[in-house]
Amino acid sequence: MAAKTLTIDGHLVSARPGETLLAAIREAGITIPTLCHLDGLSDVGACRLCLVEIEGQRRLQPACMTMVSEGMVVHTNTPRLQAYRRQIIELLFAERNHVCAVCVASGNCELQRLAGMVGMDHVRYEYLSPDCPVDISHARFGIDHNRCVLCTRCVRACDEIEGVHTWDVAGRGVDARVITDMNQPWGTSTTCTSCGKCLLACPTGAIFPRGVTVGERPHASERIALIVDARKQRW
Amino acid sequence: MGQRIVIDPVTRIEGHAKISIHLDEAGNVAETRFHVTEFRGFERFCIGRPFWEMPGITARICGICPVSHLLASARAGDGLLAVLIPPAAEKLRRLMNLGQIIQSHALSFFHLSGPDLMLGFDSDPAQRNLFGLIAADPNLARNGIRLRQFGQEVIEILGGRKIHPAWAVPGGVRNGLSVSSRDQIRAKLPEMLAIALDAMGRLKQLTERYQREIETFGVFPSLYMGMVGPGGRWMHYGGKLRVIDHTGKILIDELDPIDYQDVIGEAVEPWSYLKFPYIRALGYPKGMYRVGPLARINVCATMGAPRADTELRELREQAGPVIEGSFYYHHARLIEIIAALERMEMLVEDDDLLSHELRADAGVNRREAVGVSEAPRGTLFHHYKVDEKGLITDVNLIIATGQNNLAINRTVGQIAQSYIRNGQFDQGILNRIEAGVRAYDPCLSCSTHAVGQMAMEVELYDARGVLVSRISR
Repeated sequence: MAAKTLTIDGHLVSARPGETLLAAIREAGITIPTLCHLDGLSDVGACRLCLVEIEGQRRLQPACMTMVSEGMVVHTNTPRLQAYRRQIIELLFAERNHVCAVCVASGNCELQRLAGMVGMDHVRYEYLSPDCPVDISHARFGIDHNRCVLCTRCVRACDEIEGVHTWDVAGRGVDARVITDMNQPWGTSTTCTSCGKCLLACPTGAIFPRGVTVGERPHASERIALIVDARKQRW
Repeated sequence: MGQRIVIDPVTRIEGHAKISIHLDEAGNVAETRFHVTEFRGFERFCIGRPFWEMPGITARICGICPVSHLLASARAGDGLLAVLIPPAAEKLRRLMNLGQIIQSHALSFFHLSGPDLMLGFDSDPAQRNLFGLIAADPNLARNGIRLRQFGQEVIEILGGRKIHPAWAVPGGVRNGLSVSSRDQIRAKLPEMLAIALDAMGRLKQLTERYQREIETFGVFPSLYMGMVGPGGRWMHYGGKLRVIDHTGKILIDELDPIDYQDVIGEAVEPWSYLKFPYIRALGYPKGMYRVGPLARINVCATMGAPRADTELRELREQAGPVIEGSFYYHHARLIEIIAALERMEMLVEDDDLLSHELRADAGVNRREAVGVSEAPRGTLFHHYKVDEKGLITDVNLIIATGQNNLAINRTVGQIAQSYIRNGQFDQGILNRIEAGVRAYDPCLSCSTHAVGQMAMEVELYDARGVLVSRISR
C-alpha cells in the first residue's frame, strides 16, 4: 500500500496507511499532550488533549482516534488548541482533589507534567471538592479516587493485557468512578490477580503501592508497551 | 465609659492574631484577650487518608517548623506499625530536629525579636524590623542569618529540601547521611557555636536595660511541661514528659506520650480558634502550663552539653531555680541553640549515622498511637486512630502554641495592666504587648510571614462599639 503524504505544522510528512495521526505527529518529532493514550493499549479518545485542527474540517479531531489520509493538512499547536488544552487540564484539577504537594506521585505524575506543559499557573474554575474515598483494602495496592482522572488506562490494561477485566467504570458524569469487580472493595475482588499492571498504567497517584509516601510512587507506564512488545516477539 | 483597644494584626509572629484590650470607665485595663483568628481544619480533612501519608500532609501545617510535625507524625506512624525503628533512623531524626531547633530559634531571636531587643521597644516602628537591625548592627543580623541557614542546611542535607522535606516516614527515614555530608555539618559547627555564644553574651548585657520588661513580661507562677531524657537531661525527641510546678516540684514524670490524655485536658473558648489545654489534675484554668524553650530548661536537670549547662547555671543563679518570666524565653532559646550545636558535635561522631538500614517495614499492628516531638515552640502531640487497613479515622493535634495559650493571654494582661494607666498608651506600650506575645514565638498559621512589614492598627472603641481613635503605623 502506498504511503500517505500529509502536512503537519507546515512540514510534509509521509505516514503508513492505517496509522493514527498521533503516531504520524510523533514520528515527525512533534510533541502534543496526551493522557488517556498509552502505547500498548487501545485508544478511546477520552481526554481530548491530543485534539488537532485539520483544514477543511470544522470540528477538532483527537489525533489518537483519527487515521491519516492523503493530503491532510494538520495544525497541532494553534492558539485555539493551546487554550482548549489548558482548559481541559484546569477542569481535571477542578473536578477532583489533586494536591501535588502531598501526593505520592508528585514529581512522577503525568497530570502534573501536563499542567506545566500547558502553562497552567492557576485554575479558573471553582473546585468541586468531591468527597472521594480511598480504598486500601488490597494487600499490595490502593486506589485514591481523589487523584483519578478517569483516563481508563487501568481498565484497558487489566482487560487487554492481563485479560481479567477487574477494572471498569461505574456512574455517569462527575459521579463516574473506576471500580473493581461489582463495585466492591478492591481487596475483595475475586478476579484481580494482583499483577500490578493497573499501577503501571496509571498516569497519576490514583493507584499506588501501599505504604508509599510523598513523591515515592514511581512512574513506569512505558512498561505496558514493553510487555506488549515482548509478547509479540514471543508469539 | 469602657474602652476597647484592638491590636490587629499582631506582627512579627508566625500567623494571624489580634489582641483586644478592654478598659474600664477609669481607663485602666479590665480584661485582655489574645485571639487566634484563623482556622485550618487539618484534624478534619486528614480523616480518610492512609496514615503513611500523614507526615507529608501534616508537615504542611507549618513552614517554620515542618520538621517538628514530620517527626511527631512519623513517630505516631511507628506506633501504628508497632515497630522499633532502626537505630540510624532514630539518630538521624534527632539530628534533623536539632537543625530545626537551631533554625527556628535563630529566626525568632535574631529576625523577629532582635529588632525589639537591640533597637529598643520604643524605637521608631519604621526601623524596628529586620532591615532596621541590619542597618544598625549588620554583624549581628548576618550572624542570625548564618545560624538559621546552617540549621536549614542540616535539614536539607537529610531531607533533600529546606522546607517540607517528606523524609521521616512511619518506620524510619527515607535517606541516610553520606560521609561528605556529615563532614560538611561537622566543619561548620565551631563557627555556629561561636555565633550562638556571642549572641548569648549580647543578650546578657541587656538585662539591666530591660529590667522593667523582665519583671512584667509574664511573671506569674505556672506549671511547665517538657521532654526529658535519662537522668532528666534536656531532650527534644524520643524522651518522656515531665511536668513541674513553679517551685520546681515534679508533679508528673516519665509520662509516656500515649497517656497524654490522662494528664492534659483541652478547653474551648468562643472567642478564639485555638484550644486551651490544661493539666487535668489542677483543672481549668488553674492547670495552666507553659511549654517551649523556657519550660524545657526549667524541667530538665541538665542540658547534657557543657557550654549550655554553664549558661543554664548562670541563668538559674540570676533568675531562680525555676525561671518564671516570659522574657527569659529569649535566654532559653539561645541556651537551646548552644545545646543543640553541642549535641550535634557529639552526634556526628557516631558512625551509626552512616548506616543504610533506615526503614522498618510493617503493616497496621496497632489502631491508635501518639507521636511526640519537642518543636522549637514546645511539646507537639500527634494522636492518630486508624481502621484495620490503615485509613485515618481520628486525628488530634496538640500544638505547642496552643499549650501556651493561657499563659500568652495572661502575659498580655500583665503587660497591659502595668503599662496602660488612665486610658493613656502609645506605640511603645502596644509594641511591648506584642513583644510579650512574641517572646513565646507563637506559630499560629504556621506559614512564613512578611517580617516587620505588616501594618499594625490599634483601634479604641467605647462601650457601644463606636470608634473613638485610631493609631496606625
